[in-house]
Amino acid sequence: MINTWLAATIVAIVAGTVGFFAVLRRSAFAAHALPQGAFAGAACASLLGLSTILGLFVFSIIGAILIALLGRRGRHDAVTALTLVLMLSLGALFLSFSVEYAPEIYSLLFGEILGVSRSDLLPITILGAVSVLATIALYRPLLLSSVISDAAEARGLNTRRLELCFLLVMALAISATVPVVGTFLVFSLMIAPAGSARILTANPLGALGLSILIALATVWASIAAAYQTNWPVGFYVGTIGAAGYILARTRQAWRSAVFKANTAQ
Amino acid sequence: MTGQLFEPGFFTNDAVQTALLVGAVVAVISACVGIFTVIRSQAFTGETLGDLGTTGGSASYLLGVSNPLWGFATAALIGAGLIELLGVRRRPDRDLATGIVLGAGLGLAALFLYLDTTSSSTTGVSITILFGSLFVFNTATLPALIALGAVALALIAVSYRMLLLSSISPELAAARGIPVRLVGAAYLVALALAVALAAVTIGAVLSTALLIGPPATALRLTKRPGLAMLTAAATGVLATWLGILLAYDSYYWPPVQHGWPVSFLIVAVIFAFYVLAQLPVLRRRTDRRAPVAATTNP
Repeated sequence: MINTWLAATIVAIVAGTVGFFAVLRRSAFAAHALPQGAFAGAACASLLGLSTILGLFVFSIIGAILIALLGRRGRHDAVTALTLVLMLSLGALFLSFSVEYAPEIYSLLFGEILGVSRSDLLPITILGAVSVLATIALYRPLLLSSVISDAAEARGLNTRRLELCFLLVMALAISATVPVVGTFLVFSLMIAPAGSARILTANPLGALGLSILIALATVWASIAAAYQTNWPVGFYVGTIGAAGYILARTRQAWRSAVFKANTAQ
Repeated sequence: MTGQLFEPGFFTNDAVQTALLVGAVVAVISACVGIFTVIRSQAFTGETLGDLGTTGGSASYLLGVSNPLWGFATAALIGAGLIELLGVRRRPDRDLATGIVLGAGLGLAALFLYLDTTSSSTTGVSITILFGSLFVFNTATLPALIALGAVALALIAVSYRMLLLSSISPELAAARGIPVRLVGAAYLVALALAVALAAVTIGAVLSTALLIGPPATALRLTKRPGLAMLTAAATGVLATWLGILLAYDSYYWPPVQHGWPVSFLIVAVIFAFYVLAQLPVLRRRTDRRAPVAATTNP
């Protein structure tokens, strides 16, 4: 259990940081696609008897490169969708070869509170640390190209290479996050806190901090609730994330209504 | 030659014949609806509605409804409604709102599937809902499937010209007095129905393959919307049939002797077609007269 708490804390910081840029760059779809592709990696690793995290890592990197390369020639969202279903169906193929059944697959897809062992903590920490450090290193170019991409190009920034770099950072973050939250709900943990934070404050650094805080609250609450009820972590992550977003939207709507009423007087 | 390609019994097997029929119907409907999904850059919306099918499919098992098609369709329609409701006017925020709906839906799916697997001994339920199993298609579902497909096609046919213009240039369409929002909402309904049908054939989380793959392939080859629709339908049917044939043949393939999953083979063929269409030989120069040329760049 303590391993899960530690891993979950790391995961929340990573998801909050990387997710902030995923929302800013409108990469919600890629954030959804990459972890599902990574699912094939986990299935492949379990078939070959290798570490799950290694499988997740290799396949999410492959997914990121496929999306970036094919996306240069085709429509980005169609390519993302095709890459996603190809890798996901590969996962189904590997599963059909393996003898493992429902419970293992299930915890991989939807997360499991006891899914993190002591030996997983080190790779999760390393992957998480690298992706957070890379995000910090890329902070300014990422922010610039996310907010005003024309200006970034005018300044000589190679936005395509930056896009690839960001997808790779996301792939690292995902391979650290999947073991706790499950492949289907990773993206929710990435975009929901960041989406709420962006609504609540316009200041980029403030929104980044808030995004991490909301992600931490979401994950901790989810794990505690999952532990109490024995229901899947993914359920809590998905619904708490959505509830937080709706609260943020409501607050925004209420404030603008109040503002309108005040100015009308 | 044919004896090697088609394992014995391929043409006489009932399950195979049903699969071929259902696969073809679904591929045609997906292609006709999917062309607009690609032109409108709504792949994420299509993916979301397909994934929400997981929620509906698992809920229908929990409620004891034997036919997951209704679950797929209901969840996709509710999802479409929610997306339209949260539906931020500004396009950049659309993906985020869609993602939030998807996250909540998958969270619920996690719970329903968990309850499915704990409350009954049907361990295969999750896999069937997620990844489909065309060969065990229940023929009693066929009328409902065709009816829902007909509704989707009718929606597209009725709004064809308005939909095309508002997909290519919403501003121009609005200036001409086309109710862009209404057309978009009607299209979302068609999309929800199409992914529900695709979910029955190749599984809820893979339904996007039929929706996006053949149309994206076709739009690489031609820019004319009508022709692209025909090409996509042909590509989709061909890919589905080829996948079914390979799955039937795969019964004796290594490493395990119980056949490869048909959904994987269909998706793999679709992806192979898409990659083939990238070959420069097959690419026509952009036809300047064609109306979609400006927005549907390669």
